[in-house]
Amino acid sequence: MTDNLISIENVSFAYGKTLLHKDINMQFSRGKVSAIMGGSGCGKTTILRLIGGQLQPNSGKVVVDGDVVHEQDRNGLYHLRRKMGMLFQHGALFTDLSVYENVAFPMREHTDLPENIIRDLVLLKLNAVGLRGAQDKMPAELSGGMARRVALARAVALDPDIIMYDEPFAGLDPISMAVICDLIRSLNDALGATSIIVTHDVAETFSFADYIYFLADGTIAAEGSPKQLMASKLPFVKQFIHSEKDGPVPFHADAPNYRTDLRL
Amino acid sequence: MNKLINFFGNIGFAVRSRLYRLGAGTRLFFLTLIYSADSFKRIHLTIREVYFTGVLSLVIIVVSAFFVGMVLGLQGYYTLEKYGSSEAIGVLVALALVRELGPVVTALLFAGRAGTAITAEIGLMKATEQLSAMEMMAVSPVARIIAPRFWAGMISMPILATIFSMVGILGGYFIAVLVIGVDEGAFWSQMQANVDFSNDIVDGAIKSVVFGFACTIIALFEGFDAPPTAEGVSRATTRTVVISSLAVLGLDFILTSFMFV
Repeated sequence: MTDNLISIENVSFAYGKTLLHKDINMQFSRGKVSAIMGGSGCGKTTILRLIGGQLQPNSGKVVVDGDVVHEQDRNGLYHLRRKMGMLFQHGALFTDLSVYENVAFPMREHTDLPENIIRDLVLLKLNAVGLRGAQDKMPAELSGGMARRVALARAVALDPDIIMYDEPFAGLDPISMAVICDLIRSLNDALGATSIIVTHDVAETFSFADYIYFLADGTIAAEGSPKQLMASKLPFVKQFIHSEKDGPVPFHADAPNYRTDLRL
Repeated sequence: MNKLINFFGNIGFAVRSRLYRLGAGTRLFFLTLIYSADSFKRIHLTIREVYFTGVLSLVIIVVSAFFVGMVLGLQGYYTLEKYGSSEAIGVLVALALVRELGPVVTALLFAGRAGTAITAEIGLMKATEQLSAMEMMAVSPVARIIAPRFWAGMISMPILATIFSMVGILGGYFIAVLVIGVDEGAFWSQMQANVDFSNDIVDGAIKSVVFGFACTIIALFEGFDAPPTAEGVSRATTRTVVISSLAVLGLDFILTSFMFV
């Protein structure tokens, strides 16, 4: 039996009247890197927010390490979140703190460690992402890729059990992308953590993820290991993996007849 | 008929959304109080915010106060001279500043200088997911961001209002005594005799505390509640100035009618 650290059970979620997820089920195995893929706006990031308890499902439940997330009070939720690290799409570094202080932030907030130990830990984390030399810089002085790496160092500052990545590759050059890919895998294995990546970059994700979920129309369109999905005959998966512009996901948004619209 | 229904519907919607914002603002205030103990543990954060909201507002406060004092000196002198009581200029300048202009003008400048900065900063922190990141790190943004700024505003505003009144009186002194030549002894002695500590100075101080509370909590709430977009933050910043100004003027009328009648 596989050991699932996080499970999403029959979850439905709606933003206002728009139903985003319909009765979905997902399992994230301990120690694995799982990916959630799908087109823009299909609710991938929402799943991370449901796991982190920033949003609550309309029905169903999200269970993290045996605890139902939406049943927790504030203290319980904060306790759960201490097991999680999250990398936000644009890093979300605190712009008024230096790189060093950003990484030290969770340690200062949650531990009483003396300054010299915090210093050693921060330098260790920064070294792991290759940015020990940038410790005195302010976030505004960093490139997009560097900011993402600092944010990654901050996300793993307290050695979390779960690391969540929201679009870690968006807007990065190929070199930074390869660096981040490598870091996600190596950090996951070094920390013995469980990673969840939300992304739509096929090539990178297929190269290192253990398990992949495809979301479409509020349901899970496909799931499996990269190998299984590569061999999949499902039209949606084929269209997505091979970047075909038309298929089950149409090029045109729903619209009235073209001729009538142009009054011809 | 449909138009009528729409009309009442719109009124209902407007009232409901304003009530919602009032409730959400009140909730933020109580959360701030609850998390204040947490934020006092990191007192350096509050001190830093006192620097940003208070110390950095000093220049605009001092310069404005001096000009307001000079204008009061001039206008007061012309009017009082008609009745042959130009020596009372000191009382007039001091009472006008301590009771009304000190707290009110300081609050208006405070809303424009510090309030907008608070709203824009928090709104942008929200737009760049810094507040979400903090939440995900199990650190309450209310304890780390809101509470230090709230207490900084509560500390800075009364001090700024006091400085405003002091510098304003010096402005009045400069014009009335040094430029126009009103008797210096009369200027100060009449002021000393007619400005009451508990009625005038304390009441003015109470006003500045109330205005400081209103301006700070409005700025904080608008930033915290701003839609996380460029347009949302810009609108929130505008609202901070408009609502704070109206709140200060409205509260001033209410407080004055209780205090000086």
